[in-house]
Amino acid sequence: MVSESDIEHIAELADIGISKDEVPEFTTQFNAILDYFEVLDTVQGESAPAAGITNVFREDEPRPCLSQEAALANAGSTENGFIKAPRVM
Amino acid sequence: MAGTLDFSPDDRYNAFITTCLEVPFGDGALAGTAVAVKDNISTTGIRTTCGSRILEDYVPPYDAHVVELLREKGAAIVGKTNMDEFGMGTTTETSAFGPVRNPVDPTRVPGGSSGGSAAAVAAGFVPMALGTDTGGSIRCPAAFCGIVGLKPTYGRVSRYGLVAYANSLEQIGPMARTVEDASRLMSVIARYDPRDSTMLDRPYDHRPSADIAGLRIGIPEEYFGEGVDPRVAETVRDAIGILEGLGADTVPVSIPGMRHALAAYYVICTSEASSNLARFDGVRYGPAVDTRKTWHEAYQELRHERFGAEVRRRIMLGTFALSAGYAGRYYAKAQVARRNIRQDFERALRDADIIAGPTMPTVAFRLGEKTDPLSMYLSDILTVPANLAGIPAISVPCGRVDGLPVGLQLMGRQFEDERVVDAAFAYEQEVGA
Repeated sequence: MVSESDIEHIAELADIGISKDEVPEFTTQFNAILDYFEVLDTVQGESAPAAGITNVFREDEPRPCLSQEAALANAGSTENGFIKAPRVM
Repeated sequence: MAGTLDFSPDDRYNAFITTCLEVPFGDGALAGTAVAVKDNISTTGIRTTCGSRILEDYVPPYDAHVVELLREKGAAIVGKTNMDEFGMGTTTETSAFGPVRNPVDPTRVPGGSSGGSAAAVAAGFVPMALGTDTGGSIRCPAAFCGIVGLKPTYGRVSRYGLVAYANSLEQIGPMARTVEDASRLMSVIARYDPRDSTMLDRPYDHRPSADIAGLRIGIPEEYFGEGVDPRVAETVRDAIGILEGLGADTVPVSIPGMRHALAAYYVICTSEASSNLARFDGVRYGPAVDTRKTWHEAYQELRHERFGAEVRRRIMLGTFALSAGYAGRYYAKAQVARRNIRQDFERALRDADIIAGPTMPTVAFRLGEKTDPLSMYLSDILTVPANLAGIPAISVPCGRVDGLPVGLQLMGRQFEDERVVDAAFAYEQEVGA
């Protein structure tokens, strides 16, 4: 079971934003889903590395890529050929 | 052969988010064939929204591999189809661009999440379309709209240029009115692409054959049990009877891991989604964010405003399932359950060549009928196992209940897409679809 304050905490971790009036419904729905997930407690077996699968590697060589103009075309704010982002600190 | 195709459908089902009125096309196997593309597959110069407000104005600067292949073969890409937001839904009602209506009965949903592609095909706007299938999103709408839909083996079609939702589960696949057209589209899109590192070089070059004499069809009891409308089960059993009449044999098989399939699926897909959708921050694409605010403020505000409730719910569920203290109970267990299910299918597919069952437990729901998320999730129970196992699965129309289409689902061994296509073709030819 998760509480309403857990839901607010998860929304904060997930950076999705949640308004006060949405919290009760999200909490109820979340708990119904988590109740259903409890069936996973009965899963038998230990995790084992996947067999028969190998990683696919390639050389780290420069290859053609998007032009700067194309790469910036969808950005909401740009400045001098760079993407402008909100401040982090 | 090259030319221009005029395309102006009366889109009364809201199947399209974007339509292209005059479409130039080239020479090739699909020259001049109108093909609709689900709106989570990148198309240079044509906006690609994923059914979301957050990508409302996003115009990709590159084509997905499957789109390059379509263009090379002369297909006319006539539009981008409506879908559940980021593929998260079973009805196409979570689209930010409004729900799609089922052409068979416009008071019903077309299924989802590739509901726009299914409706466009079922309404006759296009002969074929691309969908994507993470947990049933090609097969469910194919079943509900009475068309054919194939989820290829994982690794057979490149995901390069597909906007990711749950990478380890999803595949792009063909949807069409006939098995032959679905197979034709599959032979265009299943070509090796080194840009998708989960791909294997197993091109699909196949013409369907209706000869299924001696084919062993596994019937899993779990696909005909609780939660499946008995009339749907009966219709599907009758369809299997027709395959027997064509010389196939049936054998009982069992997929005991089915009891964990749905929970495992929702833990895995939401976990992958919580990571994948973190990229939608409004910085590199999307509407401009207020750069005077702090990162978290601006980010949360944008995502609250631009993501729909189901997308936010799934991001939160995945965040929770991966969080410290819970990852062992949810994510790790789900991976074990997934491996068990894959082994169940491997075992069953030693006694049988293909496995048959219904695609969906019911016929199409009424618009607005599924309001509670969990009850919506439960309707995916028969489709998610093929995604967890990575095996090919096709849905072919096999009759009606209450005037609404029912889909026969045929699943096969990894990389034996040809075999499920043949069985579907044999059925379709026999009943004269």
